[in-house]
Amino acid sequence: MQRVYLDNNATTIVDPRVKEAMEIYFCQQYGNPNSLHQFGTEVHPAMRVALDRLYAGIGAADEDDVIVTSCATESNNTVLKAVYWEVISKTNKKRILTTPVEHPSVSHVCEFLAENGAEIIELPLNKYGIVDLSTLKEYLDPEKTALVSIMWANNETGIIFPIKELAAYARSQGVLFHTDAVQAIGKIPVNAREVGVDYLSFSAHKFHGPKGVGGLYIRQGAPFVPLLHGGEHMGGKRSGTINVAGMVGMGLALELANYALEYEATEVRRLRDKLEDAILAIPDTLVIGKRELRVPNTILASFRGVEGEALIWDLNKQGIAASTGSACASESLEPNPVMVAIGVDRELAHTAVRFSLSRFTTEEEIDYTIEVLRASVKRLREISSTYKKC
Amino acid sequence: MAKNQLIGGALWENYSQKVAERMDNPKYRGELTEEDAARLGGKLVVADWGAESCGDAVRLYWIVDPATHTILDARFKSFGCGTAIASSDMMAELCIGKTVDEAVKITNLDVEKALRDDPDTPAVPSQKMHCSVMAYDVIKQAVALYKGVDRESLEEEEIVCECARVSLRTIKDVIRINDLKTVEEITQYTKAGAFCKSCIRPGGHEKRKYYLVDILREVREEMAKEKSMAEEVKFNDMTIVQKHKVLEKIMEEEIRPMLAADGGSLEIVDIQTTENGKTLVYIRYLGACNGCASAMTGTLYAIQGYLNRKVDENIVVYPI
Repeated sequence: MQRVYLDNNATTIVDPRVKEAMEIYFCQQYGNPNSLHQFGTEVHPAMRVALDRLYAGIGAADEDDVIVTSCATESNNTVLKAVYWEVISKTNKKRILTTPVEHPSVSHVCEFLAENGAEIIELPLNKYGIVDLSTLKEYLDPEKTALVSIMWANNETGIIFPIKELAAYARSQGVLFHTDAVQAIGKIPVNAREVGVDYLSFSAHKFHGPKGVGGLYIRQGAPFVPLLHGGEHMGGKRSGTINVAGMVGMGLALELANYALEYEATEVRRLRDKLEDAILAIPDTLVIGKRELRVPNTILASFRGVEGEALIWDLNKQGIAASTGSACASESLEPNPVMVAIGVDRELAHTAVRFSLSRFTTEEEIDYTIEVLRASVKRLREISSTYKKC
Repeated sequence: MAKNQLIGGALWENYSQKVAERMDNPKYRGELTEEDAARLGGKLVVADWGAESCGDAVRLYWIVDPATHTILDARFKSFGCGTAIASSDMMAELCIGKTVDEAVKITNLDVEKALRDDPDTPAVPSQKMHCSVMAYDVIKQAVALYKGVDRESLEEEEIVCECARVSLRTIKDVIRINDLKTVEEITQYTKAGAFCKSCIRPGGHEKRKYYLVDILREVREEMAKEKSMAEEVKFNDMTIVQKHKVLEKIMEEEIRPMLAADGGSLEIVDIQTTENGKTLVYIRYLGACNGCASAMTGTLYAIQGYLNRKVDENIVVYPI
């Protein structure tokens, strides 16, 4: 049976070139880079190359910090807690402005900080599913706001937020700005200095690098407190023996992802659009978010009368991996806030299925998916008690 | 249990083979019509429960023999996940051949048990149990429609946990009897809250009328109140003033009325405590009791006996 992976917003295949570059650091050059002997120092050149790639890959200046973490969850925790310790707990700036669609590694940390004196405000989304500049202007009180934390691209819908103008406004008001760029890197150009953010989180496994390694950009002068204490690794900003293989892999994966951006914007987009057109050709379906406002690899589609988990069950039986935000697979029956903001019928809250492609997705895979999808939707609608042909 | 909870994403791995088969090929999927009912000589019942916006909706079709109230055939249609579809399919099968009154006793627990591959292994992971509750609800709805009664009238008790069918009464009793202090303990004793967890606290999978955290808090508060009343300061540890208050209250409310029946009364003159823990209560008889022959015998023994039983066994009453 054919196996098709269309869940690339969850994780990605490791690029074979990345895997190959990492291999030497497991059994040959396995020294601790903090050791003084040759086993430790012999890995330094590769680490310098990896750092160069990371700095260049996200557009950091040499005076900024790009620290290697274990994942974007750690990076997000680091930023929010650093701002809490350095600003919220010491000044009258108690507020964090964020959105209702952040990854739990932002939203759950915000909830935790709220229990400890921070004031969290979720900015409303407009009809396109984003926070626009006028909304930020309306809510941002520079006297009371410590941080604005807004994702660059949404993991479920692929909708891109206007980070450059939002960050510029926050900066003009003297307010720190963090963006979780996990779903943007490798799909659209990302340049931290150019957009003017203070903090930027990313994760290697979302752009064909290894799992268990991520990164955090910290603009020069931005308040910072390490999340992990216990050593002088990463210039004292993140303790813990450095994951050399992961760092090397992430550096190369980022470079390759940036090389592939043109391919992403053309060929991946073409395949995505082909799948999207086929979905929309099935009666009573819709896709969340305007095409031009989304990253090129993502579709969040709703199939009226078909529960999301049931559909991904059927697809899985046919070897196709997709994902659902359906309530049955989540903690709450509340519909996705993006769907609410865009004005999607509440009836469709549990019918959403996400398809996310990568540069490794082929035309044959998309053709096969279209064929299976049509049959599965037909089968489940025949079972459905709520679907009535319009 | 902790080790088994460390790796996520194993939801489907924990479905029984029967659940998977019925999801892929539900036997009782479909509709029944008035023509079908006429052919079988029965009455068609079509019951709906749930809504698409809630994540689960099911329609149950029955053909019921009006003479025997036996369900001759059943079909379903379902908007829901694999568990919901498989549960609806099994629920339809379990209905066939039963009377309406027997069918109303089918619960989601029966459906889940029937979907097991072996008796000791649950058919679905705990967080998916709520998906089978819809099957129970729609049967109730079908019975109500068939009998022409209000669905609420079929509810025998207030259910807190739909997944495990645990009632409010059971949960309150278990907390009291076993002196339970945490929600986890309630779950251990009753299975309430072990499945979809909606009934534990607000903000879960779906809104509930009752939450375990609230029930626990309220029952514990009631228990504490009862305990504090029972554990008021022991008479022997009271000050003289406190003892006087207690004794005066009991004299006024219980002993004087008895004496007054014969035209008598009494007053407390003094209270003293001894080193060996005795409380000496000096009284003066009034009215008809003053000079009564039994004042120093029967009446005195009755008063002291009463105080010993009701207040403290170390009370000794002395008339002066």
